[in-house]
Amino acid sequence: MGNLMKSNRSVPIVLGVLAGIALLVTILSEAYGTGALSTSLTKTLGMTVCLCIIALAMDMVWGYSGILSLGHFAFFALGGYMIGMWLMYARTEDVIAASLAQGQLPATPAELSDAIAVQIFGVVGGDSLPWMWAFSNSLLAQLALVVLVPGLLALVFGWLAFRSRVTGVYLSILTQAMTLALSLYLFQNDTGLRGNNGLSGLQNIPGAEAIPQSQISIWFLWASILALALAYVFAAWVMSGKFGNVIRGIRDDEARVRFLGYSVEGYKLFVFVVSGVMAGIAGALYYPQAGIINPDELAPIASIYLAVWVAIGGRGRLYGAIIGAAVVSLLSTWFTGGRAPDVNLGFYVVQWVDWWTVLLGLGFVLVTLFAPKGLGGLVDLISRKDAK
Amino acid sequence: MIRLFLTALMAVLFLSSPALSQNSETDELGPIQSILQTHFELVESASRRTVQTVLDDLAAAELPEVPAFLERWQARELYLHEESGLFVYVSDEDADPLVMIDIDTGAEIGTAGSREIDQLRPNRGVQTVIGAALVEFQLLSPDIETRATALAAIDRAPEAEQMPLIATMIEAEADDDLRAQAEALLTRMTIAFGEDDAIRVTAIEALASNITVEARATLNPLLLTRREVAEALPDGINLAEVLEPGDDLTIDEAYEMLVDEDIAPPFFGPDELRDILIANIVDGEVAGIPVHTLDTDEAREVAYAALVEAGVAEPSLTADERAELVNAHVYYEEYRESSEAVTTAAVETLRSMNTRVQALEMVDLTLDGISLASIYFLAAIGLAITFGVMGVINMAHGEFIMMGAYTGYVVQTIVPDYTVSIIIALPLAFAITFGAGVAMERTVIRWLYSRPLETLLATFGISIALQQIVRQIFGAQARPFTAPDWLAGSLAFNDVVAISYIRIAIFVLGVIFFCLLWLILNKTRLGLEVRAVTQNPSMASSMGINPDRINMLTFGLGSGIAGIAGVAIGLFAQVTPELGANYIVQSFMTVVVGGVGNIFGTLAGASMIGFFQKGVEWLNPSNTLAAQTYMILFVILFIQFRPKGIVALKGRAAEM
Amino acid sequence: MSQLLEVSGVSVTFDGFRAINNLSFQIGAAELRAVIGPNGAGKTTFMDIVTGKTRPDEGRVLWGEKSVSLLGLNEAQIAREGVGRKFQRPTVFEDQTVADNLMVALKKDRAPIAVLLFKPSKADHQRVEELAAEIGLSDQLQTQAGILSHGQKQWLEIGMLLAQEPRLLLVDEPAAGMTGPERDHTTELLKEAAKTRAVVVVEHDMDFVRKLDCKVTVLHEGSVLAEGSLDHVTSNQEVIDVYLGR
Repeated sequence: MGNLMKSNRSVPIVLGVLAGIALLVTILSEAYGTGALSTSLTKTLGMTVCLCIIALAMDMVWGYSGILSLGHFAFFALGGYMIGMWLMYARTEDVIAASLAQGQLPATPAELSDAIAVQIFGVVGGDSLPWMWAFSNSLLAQLALVVLVPGLLALVFGWLAFRSRVTGVYLSILTQAMTLALSLYLFQNDTGLRGNNGLSGLQNIPGAEAIPQSQISIWFLWASILALALAYVFAAWVMSGKFGNVIRGIRDDEARVRFLGYSVEGYKLFVFVVSGVMAGIAGALYYPQAGIINPDELAPIASIYLAVWVAIGGRGRLYGAIIGAAVVSLLSTWFTGGRAPDVNLGFYVVQWVDWWTVLLGLGFVLVTLFAPKGLGGLVDLISRKDAK
Repeated sequence: MIRLFLTALMAVLFLSSPALSQNSETDELGPIQSILQTHFELVESASRRTVQTVLDDLAAAELPEVPAFLERWQARELYLHEESGLFVYVSDEDADPLVMIDIDTGAEIGTAGSREIDQLRPNRGVQTVIGAALVEFQLLSPDIETRATALAAIDRAPEAEQMPLIATMIEAEADDDLRAQAEALLTRMTIAFGEDDAIRVTAIEALASNITVEARATLNPLLLTRREVAEALPDGINLAEVLEPGDDLTIDEAYEMLVDEDIAPPFFGPDELRDILIANIVDGEVAGIPVHTLDTDEAREVAYAALVEAGVAEPSLTADERAELVNAHVYYEEYRESSEAVTTAAVETLRSMNTRVQALEMVDLTLDGISLASIYFLAAIGLAITFGVMGVINMAHGEFIMMGAYTGYVVQTIVPDYTVSIIIALPLAFAITFGAGVAMERTVIRWLYSRPLETLLATFGISIALQQIVRQIFGAQARPFTAPDWLAGSLAFNDVVAISYIRIAIFVLGVIFFCLLWLILNKTRLGLEVRAVTQNPSMASSMGINPDRINMLTFGLGSGIAGIAGVAIGLFAQVTPELGANYIVQSFMTVVVGGVGNIFGTLAGASMIGFFQKGVEWLNPSNTLAAQTYMILFVILFIQFRPKGIVALKGRAAEM
Repeated sequence: MSQLLEVSGVSVTFDGFRAINNLSFQIGAAELRAVIGPNGAGKTTFMDIVTGKTRPDEGRVLWGEKSVSLLGLNEAQIAREGVGRKFQRPTVFEDQTVADNLMVALKKDRAPIAVLLFKPSKADHQRVEELAAEIGLSDQLQTQAGILSHGQKQWLEIGMLLAQEPRLLLVDEPAAGMTGPERDHTTELLKEAAKTRAVVVVEHDMDFVRKLDCKVTVLHEGSVLAEGSLDHVTSNQEVIDVYLGR
């Protein structure tokens, strides 16, 4: 750890900044501080931190390993679904148990689970819990699934793709196909995750009904920041040593690494699965703050945006991914939230709600053309000046 | 005698009533009136047996007013004016005095008090005979509308007696469609009312070559069954199937049948059990057991047993006892139709019909597959050039398709004629997207030839910007872009196989594109240069080919084709800003599956994806989402086995 | 003498073009060998087959004392068996330092987890320094490989191969684009390496081959045309025809 701090100067800086943000937000929060920061803004910040985690995961596969995954939100959303199942089940269980307690006879386990199933799945015409909800009553099991399900998807998909040596653009298209397939699958009503209704009410934490959202939002912000810090240290550690050298070698010259005797497929798979799991954990932290998850979250465009964030922030430098995700997603929220002032051109009023996407799209073209290192490139300029 | 009286009466009326006088001016009765007068008594007090004479005469007269007259007669709207002995209608039966109307001319011929006039009330038997005659009139009416209406009326409530009438009609019928309908109806009636099994079976078997939905609907009612239970299988029933409890029906269902037949005592499931227990709560206890302990099924069973013990509740059978009782009976499906010969023939005929229908469904499925494949091919072919030949990932390809569709819409708002507007829109869309493609290549893509993944992201940026700009200009809702009439509708070969003209047009367009591109790439100087630049840019440029120009033209060509495809796709899809985005992933997969750098590959890829998706849809018709999911999974797996696509280049060429 | 590598009866066809035609080839455990031949003789394809990049249609490729078939193994497994390959174009990891390049190549456990937990020992650092000295890059240890000269990159790649401690070294045109002194250094490197292992050098340049001073195998149209000392093969009429005829 100490070595890591020394060898990668960004690690202490990023950790320091994250701690500072956590402190600042707490001081300004409604629950524990002055109240200058509204609960919804706190949630936005917490969600942004989660997006930074998945951006970090994306940088590991794209920036370092050269695998442009256009399907990372599949892992993110699966993580969210897994935790969402517990949140929804446990809360529904509380509600149903309370309402059944009004009855003249105490409910049997079967009556309870039937009533829960109808409550959750009535909207898609179901009346029994699908098999995949077998563990939804257990937080621990679902937490394990947050890691296992995205990990398994990444493992199976990665194994198939890397084994047949699909690379470059082809791989990107396949990952895109993967997330599209999953999203179309989940849109169906009979697949056990409530079709296009998705899972909702996730902001209500079972057993914490009495605690106001202002407090819960701060807890989640802390948890997200902690997760980002851990993810950052982990990613920096993985990429700092010989493993990182091999991975970057694969990105730059796959054949050379292979003829050096490294099983390129194994390394890619390792990074892909680790990255998928990180994305899953990020999703599991994100959706309780968002409150709802549905198959739209897996749409291919979301994952392309993720690549855009990382590219704008600067690839292959970890903190670049964080900067990109934070800057672009916060700007998006600001511009599309209707808070940005309209620009009156005299003959036409530019409303940012509409024109932000255009600006983002064209801005992205410009970054790709003229600043391939992204915002992270600015850091290089500054540190070079320092060196002089 | 009556004649005499009548003539005298006329003379009187002549003086008194101007209306009647008109009639008598000609000094003749109307043709129907005169026939009625001929059979005065048969009409006045008509009986089922004798009224036919009158009807025959009326029929023989071949008068156009006869059917209307019969209808009113049957509906008891015919009156007898006692004074004149004339049969008349009245304009309003509740008025007083009543206004009389001549049955032949429909003219008012005077008034009469309600006592001076009698309503004729043909009894039910007479009404039936009149009705039959009426139908016969209608069926043989010179007016095709009337005949069709009459036939439809019979179809709604067929009766055995009408069969000869229809047979008569078929002989006389000139219109082919109507005759076919009548024949089908007659067949159905023969099957339903045939005198003996042989006739009915023959009629059923005659349907075997028929695959219309109606034909199948004719046979299905014959095979309706009812579910029965008995201690032993009875003789002399038309048995459809013996049901095995636990196999064909659940034990609970079987027991339910026994309960319905009063063979077994009712069984209380968890819900009923709960209600019984609730009904017996006394001071927080059920039969001495505290209520709060009743939170498992077992505890509730115990409490219930205690209630039975106390004689408060009826005993219920245990699961074993129920199973035993269930197994002691036979369960079977019995045809409602009693004739076994008929049901057997119906089953056989339906089976052979279904075989034919399935075969035709395969044909239809193939047509569907071809048409979906053409759509994918159209959407992907431009991409096959930019991606396949040049190796450029253009995420904005979908937006070029979308721009093509909007071009069609805009042209149509200016040029109202649908045909002309499409003829203008096709080249215009090509020009616009060609221009857009060239502009994009010059400003963005050419700087990124060595960085394919970044091309992907830069073009994605352009894609979302274009989408949003179009949304700003045209709005988010779908815009109408209508196909001309000659493209509307579909070419139906029979009830099963049909294909819409627009899909045929798209297929044709796909074929034209394919041939054109093949020619351009293989037979023209441009194609030669394109291939040279793709394979070895530096060599090509040393031979005097300008790679910049070639790249620009190739990209423009690919984009322009996307625009034309957009016009075609816009004709059947919703023209929205997202139109292109819906096709982009499929297009990429088409190119990847087919094999890059080869329009034959794109053709193969589009065919495979199109047919696979239609095949899955056929297996699971209710769910097109599932079909797409499986199609994508299939593509992912397919790439495992042929990473370079269906039409793969081998050896060193593949590594370029 | 036992053979390290024995290739026999190998053929491979690309789209009807027979790149390798019933080729047989052997090399001993410590031997330097030059493979020459005109363009399209199948030199590179031969190396592709040995290193597992191309799978032959027929024939056998046997390896080591136990005569293991290499045909069932993938590139990485073959490399771990002890076959090192240098490409025609220098391929080094350009955005990593010379030291990192060599460290990655050092013969160690190649499994991802082991690499992840790997900490270079003193001996490892020492070995890297030795290798750097051997290839003449001691002063450039912390230099990014991307800014090395063409010749230095070639040496770095050879150094990486040596770090791998292969038993067979396949080297594709190592002297291409090198200056005179650089060539001499390269010759020394290869000769030194061949004292403890088998080295196969594919080369166009006859001068360079002469300097290597070793047995020569001439390939033509995918099979061996002649084998022996350079003087022996250059006096072979068939070889002369082939070279003059091109």
